[in-house]
Amino acid sequence: MTAVAPDADPLGADPLESPDERSSLAVVDLVGEALTALLARPSRAVLTALGTVLGVAALIATLGLSRTAGAQIVSTFDELSATEVRVEPAGGGFFGERDVSTIPWDAEDRLVRLNGVSAAGTLSDVDASGALARSVPVVDPLGRNELQLPIRAASPGLFEAVRATLRTGRTFDVGHSARADPVAVLGPGAAARLRIDRVDHTPAIFVGDQSFAVIGIIDDVERQPGLLSAIVVPDGTARERFGLGAPGSVQIEVDVGAAQLIGSQAPIALDPNDPTRLRAQVPPEPRAVRADVEDDVNALFVVLGAVSLLVGALGIANVTLVSVLERTGEIGLRRALGARRRHIAAQFLTESAAVGFLGGLLGATVGVLVIVGVSVLRDWTPVLDVELALVAPLLGAVVGLVAGAYPALRAASTEPIEALRG
Amino acid sequence: MTVLVEAEVVASRRAPVVELLGLGRVFPGTPPVQALAGVDLAIERGAYLSIVGPSGSGKSTLLHLLGLLDRPTEGTYLLDGDDVSDLDDRTRTAIRASRIGFVFQSFHLLGHRSALENVELGMLYSATPRRRRPLRAMEALDRVGLAHRRGFSPTTLSGGERQRVAIARALVGEPSLLLADEPTGNLDTTTGESILALFDELHAAGLTLVIITHDREVAARADGTVSIRDGRLTAP
Repeated sequence: MTAVAPDADPLGADPLESPDERSSLAVVDLVGEALTALLARPSRAVLTALGTVLGVAALIATLGLSRTAGAQIVSTFDELSATEVRVEPAGGGFFGERDVSTIPWDAEDRLVRLNGVSAAGTLSDVDASGALARSVPVVDPLGRNELQLPIRAASPGLFEAVRATLRTGRTFDVGHSARADPVAVLGPGAAARLRIDRVDHTPAIFVGDQSFAVIGIIDDVERQPGLLSAIVVPDGTARERFGLGAPGSVQIEVDVGAAQLIGSQAPIALDPNDPTRLRAQVPPEPRAVRADVEDDVNALFVVLGAVSLLVGALGIANVTLVSVLERTGEIGLRRALGARRRHIAAQFLTESAAVGFLGGLLGATVGVLVIVGVSVLRDWTPVLDVELALVAPLLGAVVGLVAGAYPALRAASTEPIEALRG
Repeated sequence: MTVLVEAEVVASRRAPVVELLGLGRVFPGTPPVQALAGVDLAIERGAYLSIVGPSGSGKSTLLHLLGLLDRPTEGTYLLDGDDVSDLDDRTRTAIRASRIGFVFQSFHLLGHRSALENVELGMLYSATPRRRRPLRAMEALDRVGLAHRRGFSPTTLSGGERQRVAIARALVGEPSLLLADEPTGNLDTTTGESILALFDELHAAGLTLVIITHDREVAARADGTVSIRDGRLTAP
């Protein structure tokens, strides 16, 4: 017979000259085939990606939330601690004993003149020689209405310096202190134990045999929580009635960022002759603490996210394997049409990676939405890790790639003869 | 692999498309199964040959060997004069892509692609530039008389139309050899007849065709028929 093939060889190559010719598959075709196969069953693709969506969303949300929450904790912590300075006598004096306080009675006046100080007040423990407090003048033989309560002396500015809020009444002023008036302000704990809840008739309390008129009850303080259970009397009163020698410490509220400066200036302002006899306590930078806390929290969340991702990967692996078994005929056909094993493997890998990428994309979106949603509910400032959000789809793709490895191998090892049967 | 010099290349142009010399296939096992033994067969260029035999006769094995889907355990297979009996998987795959077209009993069309895309699939692995594929696929569809169905999904086509799409897919690579395995097996008589008529046309246009069937009537449409029984070729 002399008939020839219907058309000339389109590639112009003599088939005999190319015994080691290769069948090929362009990347654009590979991606096209994979996406077409996925889009043929869109709901399956989305459901397959669901595990990865959850995993990546969990990862993004937990990392983002821990960072967001961490930032809130830190800012609260910072705001309170970064504005607090305390001055106390320096310990370990010449003979190793605690120095007698050299804090002057007018410490408050000296300090509020400093630029950066918003409030200051002295605070001293008063030694009442074990005197008990009671709210009624009657001496109960059983002593049930007598209480051992701490007595603190303060200058009028202290209440502002510890950010005290009053439940009722008022705090004492400079006049009370100057006149050594027998007045007292009670912490809420002390008030409860003394059974005093209103001050409009200035109830009297007795410490030992001395009486004091209660003019106010504290509701809460942000610093020096010891005040909550104490009887607070003016400096001048403590000096007169309890023989207080000098204020024991100074509590200063400074503007944000002024703590270090005031820490160095306050001892000089208080004791110009020998500032070294006073020690200013500036709280250490909480950065190290913050890092530790964040690391712990983050590690836990990352583990959670990783477990979710693992579950997502198993989901992809499972569905891809089912898909490989379902599409045996297609695999056989492609092999018959000239697909090499690696082309088959590449197609299924691309499909699973695309599913993973989709999952990562959706997961990152969901995760960011969760962060923003929680932040709105909790009145937080969301802190988003942009890099993580951008990397998440790639992470998903890698998960898909790993998950697709075994199914792709199975697909590639399918014998065309077996696959085309039936 | 035989290295062919220029003169031999020219000579081989006139050689049969397929030449089988003592071809055999033994499947390992206990005991080993001799599926095919001592097959000698030459298929000239442009021939239309049918291979008939009952199931289990070894005709599927012969089809797989002819289609380079399987490797013979004995004998020699010359395709276009080129010894392909001992090639590795990669090379056999490449030759399948460029020189052999398959038509299956069950069509093997992808349900979620249009007829045109299914035909284009025939060029996916043979380095045909993307831009040229739609045109060539259209030409192939036109040849089987289905140009008007190009956008249809195979699921909406009739059985005969599906087989035509599958034939177009086999033709689009312009193969040296078209192998059809029970091409009318899933079709009714009338539709089967139209497919056979299409094969007649393709044969008239010069295509080398091998049809494997168990149906004597289908086999009779070919120029020549060989029978296969118990793994050996016999006269019809």
